[in-house]
Amino acid sequence: MTDTTQSGPMLAADGTPLKRSLARALRMQKIRALMLIAPLLLFVLLTFIFPILDMLFRSVENQIVSSTMPRTVAALQDWDSESGEGPGEEVYQSIYFDLFVAAEAKEHTKLGTRLNYEQTGVSSLFRTSGRRLDDIGEEFQDVIEDVAPALKDGATWYEIMNGTGGEAVAEAAKERFGRLTDERARGDLGYVPSADIAQMLPHTTDAYADFATFTTFEDGDSVAEEDPWEAVYAALALDLRDPDTRAAVAAYSGPGAEHLQAVAAAQEQLPDFTFKDALVDADKDWGNTETLRTIQMYAPNYTSGYFLNSVDLMKSPDGVQARPENQQIYITLFTRTLIMSLVITGSCILLGYPVAWILANLPMRTANMLMILVLLPFWTSLLVRTSAWKVMLQQQGVINDVLVWLGLVADDSRLVMINNQFGTIVAMTHILLPFMILPMYSVMQTIPPSYLRAAKSLGATNWTAFWRVYFPQSVPGIGAGSILVFILAIGYYITPEIVGGTKGVFISNRIAYHISSSLNWGLAAALGTILLVVVLILYWAYDKIVGIDNVKLG
Amino acid sequence: MTTTKILMATTALSMAAGLASAQEMANDMTLVSWGGAYQKSQVNAYADPYKEMNPEVNIVWDESSAEAVAKLRAMNEAGNVTWDLVDVTAASAIRLCDEGLAMEYDPEELLEPAPDGTSAEDDFGDLIVSDCFIPQIVYSTTFGYRTDMVGDTPPDDICDVFDLETYPGKRSLEKRPINNMEWALLCDGVPKDEVYDVLATDEGQEQALAKLGTIKDQVVWWSAGADTPQLLADGEIVMGSTYNGRLFSVIEEQDQPVAMLWDAQVFDLDGWIIPAGLAEERLARVKDFVRFATDTQRLADQAKWISYGPARASSAPLVGEHAELGIDMAPHMPTDPENAKNTFLYNYEFWADYRDDIDAKFQAWLAQ
Repeated sequence: MTDTTQSGPMLAADGTPLKRSLARALRMQKIRALMLIAPLLLFVLLTFIFPILDMLFRSVENQIVSSTMPRTVAALQDWDSESGEGPGEEVYQSIYFDLFVAAEAKEHTKLGTRLNYEQTGVSSLFRTSGRRLDDIGEEFQDVIEDVAPALKDGATWYEIMNGTGGEAVAEAAKERFGRLTDERARGDLGYVPSADIAQMLPHTTDAYADFATFTTFEDGDSVAEEDPWEAVYAALALDLRDPDTRAAVAAYSGPGAEHLQAVAAAQEQLPDFTFKDALVDADKDWGNTETLRTIQMYAPNYTSGYFLNSVDLMKSPDGVQARPENQQIYITLFTRTLIMSLVITGSCILLGYPVAWILANLPMRTANMLMILVLLPFWTSLLVRTSAWKVMLQQQGVINDVLVWLGLVADDSRLVMINNQFGTIVAMTHILLPFMILPMYSVMQTIPPSYLRAAKSLGATNWTAFWRVYFPQSVPGIGAGSILVFILAIGYYITPEIVGGTKGVFISNRIAYHISSSLNWGLAAALGTILLVVVLILYWAYDKIVGIDNVKLG
Repeated sequence: MTTTKILMATTALSMAAGLASAQEMANDMTLVSWGGAYQKSQVNAYADPYKEMNPEVNIVWDESSAEAVAKLRAMNEAGNVTWDLVDVTAASAIRLCDEGLAMEYDPEELLEPAPDGTSAEDDFGDLIVSDCFIPQIVYSTTFGYRTDMVGDTPPDDICDVFDLETYPGKRSLEKRPINNMEWALLCDGVPKDEVYDVLATDEGQEQALAKLGTIKDQVVWWSAGADTPQLLADGEIVMGSTYNGRLFSVIEEQDQPVAMLWDAQVFDLDGWIIPAGLAEERLARVKDFVRFATDTQRLADQAKWISYGPARASSAPLVGEHAELGIDMAPHMPTDPENAKNTFLYNYEFWADYRDDIDAKFQAWLAQ
């Protein structure tokens, strides 16, 4: 008995093995600790990490092309844009039917805006042709309704199209609808495509299934009671262009066969223009292979286009190329942002170090008074401080007035100190200075003054004592302040916008422009991602060179 | 007496609107506008009278019009649109309509006809530039200059902006290609009706930038409408472009030595859009408000407070005096025949297409 207990695992008082019992106690502690930080963790995740990741993800996201024009994207796959020939009629048919559905969903203009970032003019191309699609379909509709008046009625159509066995077609239409509108098509469609019709009239069935999905899920109406879209008539006419189909229709005996046969018999009366001609007629840009090449190039669900654009490159049929020189801007802005942030960090160190030193070495009472002066600007609105610099620095401003009054500067050659890099550096240095002084101050406070005295008593000059003894101990404060100031500066937006003019603006100003004005969120996300990566790399480099353990905030 | 009048007006309104006003209407309404004097004119001309008629309504103003497009898009993606009616420029309205963020409307159904019976569609005419856009005012972007800095020959031609010899000193231009490119081409000898054809080509864009390049050193670029009035008042610039209403307040309200240069002013439109997908009750309230706020009298009333032209043809004869200054407003309207001798209309279609492309080139040129 005693032997077994000694050779077995050690047991706790309640008989469970001690190891497990300890682990449980630890786990409880860990869970309790986790529960304590859970609110903060969840808050940070939900309000910070997820939105940022979601935003960054937009820099590669490109589903809009394939979800708005699924048939066109598939049809364009076989087209060799280098062949010098435009794509075949099949592509134009796909464009017509895709655009028709997209226009019903009012999604076509969104795609137009998206593609306009890549090729000028696509925006209005989609907008105008979206308006003309009904007209194209109506040309077929008029003739069809003439020769088969029963086809004016939605109920007749439903009778012809509805049947059994064509579920796959309906499912495909539902999926297209889901991707296009971002809404899951739930519930009963109220329409099952007839397998016979689907085989005989594929385009018509497709178009009718699209129509049915929209009627049911978007408008909430009953398919059987609604008159079909113009596109359905166009699709029927397209199907009947094939003599084999006409023969099959003649032999068909399902519901409503006589109406289809009437249309098939009058096939010569149907307009015989190609869809290419119809689209080019609606907007001549459809005849431009450049447009189709753009659609083809941006067909994949994910694109590197935004990232290329944010480093002044672009996609082209021959691979990645530099942008034309008159459009290159982002590299310039990135380098300018980095260099100016460094300059601002540098001037913050130069100006902040003596102040922090004085603060750390004065008696408590006076130091506190001075500290308030350092913090005071902190409590003033950023906009007010920036605008105040405008009043100070402009040509009719306070500084220039004083200089002119002193006779140092002639009245007609007042200094230009704002709306340029100088203005940005001055204003931002002032605004970011407290972020430099505070960490330096708290580090300097911990340096015992006896070290300096000891150095001097050992024969060091003032300079040597400072440089060899005091300064090295204050480096962690400089490091902490520099990281704070640099990272804040690199993402600064409002100050450069107000006092930066043209040469003093940062990359963040372009990001803001693309977020709020041009709505090119993909490009803004790509620029933001690059900025984030640059900061992380610099942080990593700092850790390698100086060591992040050497950074102290106090 | 006023109560009976109001009562009659409301009855007439509800009869005219028929079923629409008979249904439940939400009592809270968030309107989005630009803030400042413009919003004040809307409060005085539309919102206060409306509240007087419907005391149960609570109107909240949000001064977010400058970022309305981006914010509305974000709200829409989050599935929680909190705005009921948004004041935007026509270009933004077109964009919002394209994105499916604004509701398409039927002018005949939504808007009041003119007092003489002209349909709303005809009364607004071409100004309904998008199926979603409900026009309110016509404003213009034009130049103001310091009268004390131009000597005895005040500028009267748009090309004086490019004439550094006669009018030395800084000028301010908006930090975007729109308008500036047109003015540059116009002053580089391109006939007015060919400006957009030229601007559509790479060479034309180069030409416009080259012309702007002749004054680039002397330009202060603004991005907020208040910048130019401030710069003019400080004497920082000799002339600068901004919205005509801003210049009106510098000249008439603040009494600064500034005058208008109306030549080649560019007309633009501002109006309402109704966000897409509003709940029924909110939509009913908004429709009721919009119908009231865009009728002939209300649009004319707005001109008492700000020097922007009413978008309805039938409102023009009703424009009277400024409510506080007591001066006749007609001569200060951009649409006044005396001011509108040589004008441009913002080409929405062109800029919707070329904006991204030309802006990239313009910004690259600025950064050089």
